[in-house]
Amino acid sequence: MEFRDYYEVMGVSRDATQDEIKKAYRRLARKYHPDVSKAADAEERFKEVGEAYAVLKDPEKRAAYDQLGKNWKSGEDFRPPPDWDAGFEFSEGSFGGDAGGFSDFFESLFGQGGFRAGGRPQGGFRVQGEDHHAKVLIDLEDAYRGASRSISLKAPELTPEGRVVTRERTLNVRIPKGVRQGQRIRLAGQGSPGIGGAPAGDLYLEIEFNPHTRYRVEGRDVFMRLPIAPWEAALGSSVTVKTPAGDVDMKVPAGTTRSRKLRLKGRGIPGKSPGDLYVELDITLPPADSEKAKKLYENMRDELAYDPRERMGA
Amino acid sequence: MNERLLSGIVLDDAVELTFDEFCLACSQSSTWVVELVEEGVLEPVDTEADHWRFTGTSLVRAQAARRLQRDLDVNLPGIALALDLLEEINELRERLGRLLPDDGRG
Repeated sequence: MEFRDYYEVMGVSRDATQDEIKKAYRRLARKYHPDVSKAADAEERFKEVGEAYAVLKDPEKRAAYDQLGKNWKSGEDFRPPPDWDAGFEFSEGSFGGDAGGFSDFFESLFGQGGFRAGGRPQGGFRVQGEDHHAKVLIDLEDAYRGASRSISLKAPELTPEGRVVTRERTLNVRIPKGVRQGQRIRLAGQGSPGIGGAPAGDLYLEIEFNPHTRYRVEGRDVFMRLPIAPWEAALGSSVTVKTPAGDVDMKVPAGTTRSRKLRLKGRGIPGKSPGDLYVELDITLPPADSEKAKKLYENMRDELAYDPRERMGA
Repeated sequence: MNERLLSGIVLDDAVELTFDEFCLACSQSSTWVVELVEEGVLEPVDTEADHWRFTGTSLVRAQAARRLQRDLDVNLPGIALALDLLEEINELRERLGRLLPDDGRG
């Protein structure tokens, strides 16, 4: 297991005051809070900072951590020395909220989620199970058709003997047709089980679309570029468009002289009021890479009275 | 391994929860929810109704409010401000994505 330098994580010196540590935590927590930051590693960093703070804010834990010595480096292979914590008392239950997800390093030192042996439930002890949150990556096509996903969850569970163990379970979840980026699906009662007959927590899945090379999504609407030839634009044509729902024939109106957007009503993400599919026509020019092609361009130059810079008054 | 296919509820404006269901889903007291309504963080579907109901979108917002309160120790006016600003940032990100389709996703 890797040693974690909690001072490094928090960006404070080893002799930082409790006040400085609190300030550093607040700053980093605001920066990496998953509800605030969209950075890919925000959640991971937020957890790291939360773990470091859980140790450094508690004078007992900090003192125990400090006496491991200053010579450990972040990432170094680590085993806690025997009786390393002799003489220290850790207060129990100091972890609010989502205590799960602390590192093996933390758990080897301070126990799981801060519960140390002896945290045995008393009679009449009832605690609602924790909610779980997970991200689910789907393709845009899944939102058009619906899909299913297997989700693995690790959850702390209390055994009848009062010990906390981590159990992994796998759930098969239906992703309904019509879901959108950022939406959450609630599965009531699928979070951690409750303790002492209390209700289980809920499972929340946040939908995230895999980036797509061809489509861009905005709410229910889907955007795509469609390259067309100059003659298809000028003379009008019927082109086949590959949409997430399959091929669709679309008319390009004659006299299209510049890139423009055509709307295919109701071809966006399905739903009670389905989104639209916007096709951005992108007129592309064939290269003048042969004698024949050059000739055609020369003919156009000579025969067409066309000045693209007319309006610029040049 | 659980082979059963589970179906959840998409939390959007089409979904409505009763006041009690809403408090339970937030794991919070009714007082907390009332405070959020008074601060303007949440709005019931029909403010005049005898029994408040909330949309699924409101549940997502309330849970974000709870996380911000718990993790950052922000008070309610601060949460209201943060959530409004975050919503605005998300809208701006979407608009940026429209203008710079190739790199405006972030």
